[in-house]
Amino acid sequence: MSSTTRPLIDARDVHGGYGGMNILNGVNMTLAADEVGVIVGPNGAGKSTMLKAVFGLLHVNQGEILLNGQPIQNLPPNQLVQRGMGFVPQEKNVFPSLSVQENLEMGAFLKPQNVKRMLAQIYEFFPPLYEKRRQPAGELSGGQRQMVAMGRALMAEPSLLLLDEPTAGLSPLYMNEIFDRVKQINAAGVGILMVEQNAKQALAIADKGFVLAAGQNRFTDTGAALLADPDVAKSFLGG
Amino acid sequence: MNELVFFINNVVISGSVSGSIYAIGAVGVTLIFSIMRFAHFAHADMMTFGAFMVLLLTTLFPAAGASLGVPTAVLMLPLAMLLTAALAVGIDKTFYKPLRAHGVKPIVLVIGSLGVTLILQGLIRLFSGTGGQSLYVDDRKEIFRLALPFEGARAPIVVTEPQIYLFVITLVAVVALHLFLNRSRLGKAMRAMSDNPELAQASGINTNTIVAVTWIIAGALAAIAGTLLSLDVTFKPDLSFFLLLPIFAAAIVGGVGHPYGAIVGGFVVGFAETLAVFNWNVLLRPFRDSLPAWLELPSNLAFVGTEYKIVVPFFILVAILVWRPTGLFKGKVI
Repeated sequence: MSSTTRPLIDARDVHGGYGGMNILNGVNMTLAADEVGVIVGPNGAGKSTMLKAVFGLLHVNQGEILLNGQPIQNLPPNQLVQRGMGFVPQEKNVFPSLSVQENLEMGAFLKPQNVKRMLAQIYEFFPPLYEKRRQPAGELSGGQRQMVAMGRALMAEPSLLLLDEPTAGLSPLYMNEIFDRVKQINAAGVGILMVEQNAKQALAIADKGFVLAAGQNRFTDTGAALLADPDVAKSFLGG
Repeated sequence: MNELVFFINNVVISGSVSGSIYAIGAVGVTLIFSIMRFAHFAHADMMTFGAFMVLLLTTLFPAAGASLGVPTAVLMLPLAMLLTAALAVGIDKTFYKPLRAHGVKPIVLVIGSLGVTLILQGLIRLFSGTGGQSLYVDDRKEIFRLALPFEGARAPIVVTEPQIYLFVITLVAVVALHLFLNRSRLGKAMRAMSDNPELAQASGINTNTIVAVTWIIAGALAAIAGTLLSLDVTFKPDLSFFLLLPIFAAAIVGGVGHPYGAIVGGFVVGFAETLAVFNWNVLLRPFRDSLPAWLELPSNLAFVGTEYKIVVPFFILVAILVWRPTGLFKGKVI
């Protein structure tokens, strides 16, 4: 990346946490518009917390986060959606009593004129959702729910999609499917920042990898370089 | 035959009347709970406020309805709905919003709503007086007597004009609410926020807007329920307050947070009440000859006396909380 291009997301020395206790102790993250960034690290390293800080769900009390050069730290989530960010939480990521289609429509709440066109695109992208469009999302399997959740976030046509452990609890079959979809979404021009437990598989599709430990960057490099690094492998990828 | 007519008049019609009012009241309570997660005790007094607005407007323009052939009170209802919706939004802004902003526990909001109840009741009493007043200021309450075309049916089915309005307006309100919740963008967002407030916010839904919309709907529905109740009997400043228990029972029976459940719950409580105070002797009397001779029918065979009607929703409430706390439709637990 040339130094003249403005990064999509640029987090500098982010400190933050819940109720005075800091979980993040100075995290740095830069991602270009067409990149996939993957955050890995041991439990309690602050991976999901960092994602939540980017999406305004957590108070950032030091450092700054820039989206396309604009400071966004501590803006409420609905304003971040307006600015082109989409967030898929790990748990409770669908509206269980709403039908699949209604779930997707909620994603385009701020852009109602887009609903028809985007619905067609999402159904083309996730064909199983079309068949189940009238079914309450709470009745779907975990993998299909993840599709609804990602589809809902994509309905607003984000430029940056934040995914919190999208493959958690999924069977290997669905896991591969989700990784494939993430690559395709990225290929369509959406920047991806995701937290993953399946570190090896995730780093394999990552342009950038961020290994966090104790709320700080431990290693930051390309996905391939991190996978090849024996230190990273030994401490974080299970040898 | 006359026994059947008696049953229709005293159970079917009277149960549908209370059922409709409880249903509309319970829908408001359940919507507020599903969006703001607290039991809004001032709901009954918002009902009274709506009816009081109708009374004021009707007193100001007593002859307005005559030209259109409807009771003036019914004509004034839409205006009263607007005023009550405005009151509901105002109450939220003044009392509940600051509490929410401090992130208080729901119980604090519940106690706050008890305070609002006292304020509203006091204010209404101050301006209306404590006595009963008919909402039929200038017009006459029509009473329809439908004679049954059967041999031996001497007594007619009696239904009053306000009861007809009650059934029609309830039906319209329920259909309108259904269409709003399932077809409109805001209605779907309301259901989404009820399901998962964090995700609603993460989807870009402005939760403040949804809160305001909820109060507007709850206020308008409260005005309908209060007015229809006062039309059926008379307006009194404490009339709706005594419906608080059956209305909450209805919301809990239906499953809190479940608008359709609240409607069903309203009718369950309404009919349970009427059936409990109904004198079953009237229905058993025709079969007196076939009953064993030693069995003497007491002249009053009601489960509870009319004056103890209020124990029925209380009993239902206790029973449902013990055996099925999520209600018939799997709602939330208050």
